[in-house]
Amino acid sequence: MSMINYASREINCKIVYYGPGLCGKTTNLEYVYEKVAPNTRGKLISLATETERTLFFDFLPVDLGAIRGFKTRFHLYTVPGQVYYNASRKLILKGVDGVVFVADSQVERLDANIESMHNLYENLGEYGLDLREIPFVIQYNKRDLPNTSALGELEAQLNPGKVPHYEAVATRGIGVFDTLKAVSKLVIKSLS
Amino acid sequence: MAAAGASSWSFEERDFTRIDRLLQGFLYDSNARCALLVDRTGQLVTTAGEKPDFDTTAFASLAAADFSANDQLATMIGENEFSSLFHQGEKESMYLADVARRVILVVLFDNRTTLGMIRIKVKGVVRELAEIFREMFDRSATAPQGSRFEAGFADEAEDEIDRLFGDL
Repeated sequence: MSMINYASREINCKIVYYGPGLCGKTTNLEYVYEKVAPNTRGKLISLATETERTLFFDFLPVDLGAIRGFKTRFHLYTVPGQVYYNASRKLILKGVDGVVFVADSQVERLDANIESMHNLYENLGEYGLDLREIPFVIQYNKRDLPNTSALGELEAQLNPGKVPHYEAVATRGIGVFDTLKAVSKLVIKSLS
Repeated sequence: MAAAGASSWSFEERDFTRIDRLLQGFLYDSNARCALLVDRTGQLVTTAGEKPDFDTTAFASLAAADFSANDQLATMIGENEFSSLFHQGEKESMYLADVARRVILVVLFDNRTTLGMIRIKVKGVVRELAEIFREMFDRSATAPQGSRFEAGFADEAEDEIDRLFGDL
């Protein structure tokens, strides 16, 4: 649900990073914030608990500049991953244009990934959205850890629709921009 | 969500002129400092009055989240919605009101006016804004589907994405 403002010639698109608790959603945004030129991004807003767990959301606007006279901007949001924050998670999905699912590649987090993916389908469904029809990519994070599931298994469990996927180590920035590039291009395509 | 209007909507020059005129009149009548219109998804639609000296993009995302969270609280206690919210500060206060279930009017005011005055004046302006927004949503819903941008927009945007995120 992008908003196109012909009066101020602006397009704002909302991209949401989804996934189980501690999978690295906030880390993705922090890396983007750190690396993009300061004049192209706004403030990183984090509504987090004292222990730095996301309570409501993180928010980072990134400016693409003027494209054919339209100031184009991506609003990047994360959701709180912990299961019991579902009410907040659902609110953040309102008006989403594109979704990144950040999966935790560790073997012991496989069930949490699957549960979170189901929850994503369910919450989008309540807004009348189908994940198979909106811009969607998957990021397999934490690929540097020793106890990760094989990529094939993660794909089989989490990506039956074969959407674009990326391996990542968000703490080091690996795969962060590949993921963001892919989802933002899909969003732009869906607009035009 | 479909009931709340078109899934995507656009905002044209003539809408802007009508809305701006309404908001200016409201600010004059109520003596409030500034009015912001924020889409429920957290995007800033427009501002009127004193130019805010804070980050309006961040403000819009937080205001929408605030409103949505309160909406859920309303449901939990058996209300359909809280159609308005009031946050009182020592010097600055803000009043948030729902417009047609899709947009939030945020009014910033100080001790040059009173909450009662804001409340009365907001009622009128919300009614008129709701009319305008309903027209806009209806127009978006019935507009023929097709590209809303000139040819080449997507290609140019993709190049820009590569340039901006390319070597990072």
